[in-house]
Amino acid sequence: MTDIPTPAAASARADSVHVAPAPAQRALALHRDLTRVWRNDRGLWGQITAVNHTTLGLRFMGTALVFFAIGGILSMLIRAQLATHQGAFLDTALYNQIFTMHGSIMMFLFAIPMLEGLGIWLLPKLLGTRDMAFPRLTALGYWCYLFGGLIMLTALLFGVAPHDGWFMYTPLSDATHSPGINADVWLLGVTFVEISAVAAAVEITVTILRQRAPGMKLTEMPLFAWYMLGTSAMMLVGFPPLIAGSVLLELERAFGWPFFDPTRGGDPLLWQHLFWLFGHPEVYIIFLPAAGVMSMIIPVMCRTTILGYGAIVAAILALVFLSFGLWVHHMFTVGIPHMALAFFSAASVLVAVPTAVQVFAWIGTMWKGHPQLHLPMYHICGFFLTFVMGGLTGVMLAIVPFNWQAHDTAFVTAHLHYVLIGGFVFPMMAAATYWLPLITGKARIRGVGEAAFWVILLGFHGTFFIMHLTGLMGMPRRIDVYPDNPEWVWLNLTSSIFSFVLTIGFAMFVLDLILQATLGQRTRRDPWDAPTLDWAMPVPSPSYNFASLPISRHLGQSARDAVLSLARGEGALAGAARGRRELLVTSVGVARPHHVAILPGNTALPLYLSASIGVFVLMMLAGQYRLAALALVPVGALIWVWARGMAPAGDLRAVEVAPNLNLPVHHCAQHSLARTGLAAVLVADGTLFVSLLFGVAFLSVVTPATPPPAAGADTVTSLVGLGVIGIALVLAALVGRLNTRSAAALGLGANLLALAALLWLAFSQMDDPTAHARDALRAAVAGYVGLHMLVAAAMAAFVLDQFRRGEITPQTQGALGAWQMWQHFTTAVALLAALVLIAQVGVS
Amino acid sequence: MTRPALALCALCLLAACDGPLSTLQPSGPIATEIAWLWWAMLAGAALITVFVLGLLAMGFGAPRKTQARVWTHGLGLWFSMAILGSVLGAGLWVGERILPRDDGAVTVQAHAFQWGWEFTHEDANGAAMRSTDLLHIPAGQPVDVLITSEDVIHSFWVPQLAGKMDAIPGRTNRARLKADTPGIYDGICAEFCGVGHAHMRFTVQAHADWPPDLSDEGTEQQEGAP
Repeated sequence: MTDIPTPAAASARADSVHVAPAPAQRALALHRDLTRVWRNDRGLWGQITAVNHTTLGLRFMGTALVFFAIGGILSMLIRAQLATHQGAFLDTALYNQIFTMHGSIMMFLFAIPMLEGLGIWLLPKLLGTRDMAFPRLTALGYWCYLFGGLIMLTALLFGVAPHDGWFMYTPLSDATHSPGINADVWLLGVTFVEISAVAAAVEITVTILRQRAPGMKLTEMPLFAWYMLGTSAMMLVGFPPLIAGSVLLELERAFGWPFFDPTRGGDPLLWQHLFWLFGHPEVYIIFLPAAGVMSMIIPVMCRTTILGYGAIVAAILALVFLSFGLWVHHMFTVGIPHMALAFFSAASVLVAVPTAVQVFAWIGTMWKGHPQLHLPMYHICGFFLTFVMGGLTGVMLAIVPFNWQAHDTAFVTAHLHYVLIGGFVFPMMAAATYWLPLITGKARIRGVGEAAFWVILLGFHGTFFIMHLTGLMGMPRRIDVYPDNPEWVWLNLTSSIFSFVLTIGFAMFVLDLILQATLGQRTRRDPWDAPTLDWAMPVPSPSYNFASLPISRHLGQSARDAVLSLARGEGALAGAARGRRELLVTSVGVARPHHVAILPGNTALPLYLSASIGVFVLMMLAGQYRLAALALVPVGALIWVWARGMAPAGDLRAVEVAPNLNLPVHHCAQHSLARTGLAAVLVADGTLFVSLLFGVAFLSVVTPATPPPAAGADTVTSLVGLGVIGIALVLAALVGRLNTRSAAALGLGANLLALAALLWLAFSQMDDPTAHARDALRAAVAGYVGLHMLVAAAMAAFVLDQFRRGEITPQTQGALGAWQMWQHFTTAVALLAALVLIAQVGVS
Repeated sequence: MTRPALALCALCLLAACDGPLSTLQPSGPIATEIAWLWWAMLAGAALITVFVLGLLAMGFGAPRKTQARVWTHGLGLWFSMAILGSVLGAGLWVGERILPRDDGAVTVQAHAFQWGWEFTHEDANGAAMRSTDLLHIPAGQPVDVLITSEDVIHSFWVPQLAGKMDAIPGRTNRARLKADTPGIYDGICAEFCGVGHAHMRFTVQAHADWPPDLSDEGTEQQEGAP
């Protein structure tokens, strides 16, 4: 049922993934049909209800550009303040808000959303599909990003922005040392924004694994897809520690649970570990998409193919793994044992190797081909010059003795700007100049872009090159005045002057984009003569990308040869005959056609859901915790409505994808996109759980002991309670497989019983979580498990409702599979949490 | 440019590196070793930058026959591993030589608070001598500073004598200093600690005689004998 139902297709399976071409149709008729189905609604409302990846990808990038400008203005204020040793005009409290917001905006509101936007906009085009896997999730991510960013900006306008530095070290950021809502704005705002990061990571993973054009093997896909796969995997594992840390710190600030308070058994270093467990991979999360851009553009600019495809893929995988093993190099001065210092120093140095492999592969590609100095190539040269130097100072900082001198000085500020502007902003400018014709359909106006490049290059190196020296001459980060150190004045003044040159350069770059979009001449299709599918479509790109989806024969062709054939419907799933948004789902490895996914159309539901989450965040900020709890009711209700939108409905017959190839629609398929997506969510969720367990282990083993108050729990009663929970959850996990209505009812009951037992345990046996960090972490783990039980119960109820409506049949599974996966996960984490609790009690 | 002019330029540049908080004007063996490490790494980094950018510049030209493995394995893997291995080795070697060890070094205490430092050393009778924002140490011998914090995280840094070490509430960290000659050295808090961060400075006074006779100076208060 799940796979290919016709005998002809059985032989098709044998010879890998051959899909027969369809007869040609009238291109204009296909275009009209597809546009009617895929376009956004008209007017402003159409923008609000848009879920299309092209619209949202561009909107992500446009919004990120606005935040880049705001962050840039803040950096101008910083440089103006530091130009003289007495400080120009800002008082210290305001200055602290400004540098904190500069860093936070550039990281969380510019770099991450920019790369998400690029991935969302480009990947479906590059892989030969029509949209991302979960269009409503794309829109939800955008609104969460926008609202979270607006909350942080509003705080800045009212002078209550975060002021503890962008890495928010405790105890400086705790309730005692940062009273007021400043730190809460950061914790809640950034966590709100991170919903969009996790959402993007989930759908980028699923899109790359399951939506490649038939025959586009994983091992042969364009390198940008490999880079984004690495990025999204890192985001799934990298963001949960930050989210865990932020939630714990917010719990400490709001309710006094002392996770990080050394007087009550907590540890400020736990925050640093959680933050940098995210923070270092974050650097590579930002770098990998940029490197992907390099790997795409360099071969095209050099009229050749990439050199060392396999070595580059190996380097990507090595970076993904290694980057999780070196977060401690941000903490070399906190008093780490010497052996650990040597280990993390070596790991930090080692991560330079895969980076070097890529850099040399790119230069080798240039040797192999014939580089042409188009504008993207300027920015690529800017990348090499800047990033190589930033990488080398990074190696220096990985050397512990040198790190002890350079840490927390302007040297680090210089290094990170070399890496981030060199390793991200220059490649993004190359990307913008390369792909803009596909966005606007216009050719660029010569001159402005080149001038902008030279001004940016001069301004950047003028600002940051001597900042290395400023740091080595002893200037720490984050100071606003230096009356006793006249020897720093000329250095700072030079940096400040060139920073204004840099700003002018960026303004010229934006001007170039605007000029091209408004005054540029219409360009022809595929202006670069590229080999990839992103150019095998009209410019500007239509809402549906491809009139028919590329098949094996289009993959070996240049974009120019494929474009007309695809427009005439000679690929798979031509047109929109059934009046709904359809795309082809393929297998992970060799991209064998598997089923047809029907995507949701335009809807305002993502806006409503993110707005209701926003109400919750605002209530938390206002300290109205009861109202905040109440605000979760509409959130839950809207998620239910969201899930109802995924129920089997409409025409469920198999679809003719190509001649002699009929495939089932996703409601009738076993391994749908949603299932892959849920697996990705559970990876992130599991990492969140592991982060909490890391906290338990860290406080038990590493933290200098502050004895906890005597435990009030009665052992026998607690064990009985845990036993009830365990049995109920194992039962729920087992009955999920039975696939009957009564089993769903039993699962619902079992989850509710487990939840009731947990609540009873929490209120009768658990020690006061404000007394000691150990008890606070136990309460946090119990809360995590309880929340999962609640969701499991809701999913069981949803399945029960689907049985009642007759949506679960032998052909259609409804939400049954999702509930089973979630239930297994919930049961596993609950049992694991109970084991850890018992072990912890047993040891102490 | 003539040779004297070049020498003058170099001298100016070196003079420009001087300052009371400069890591490039070290006044003790620990800071000197790290400064040498820096100059060596700088020279190596400059050579590598020129090498890579040279390869890049040579890439602009007619297509050449070239082997992928030379780039990805030869340069990417082996060349970079050789460089990185030697840098790491140098770092470990210097690191081993500057670590605090149990050799009976003089021990003083530094307690950080928002925003200042309270330092303690023992006088000749073993009594604790306290001082605010002024640390007394002996010159010419290693000193271990035990670093603690009252409130938030600070960082103890005397750039001319050694690298920095954080002051973390709930923990005691140890940093080793050594000053070659008696004199005054500047110190500063390196970890952002709130509104007073920029002004959280202190001075280190290295004495030829130890424990120092501070009877003339009014800033110290003697505590009762322990």
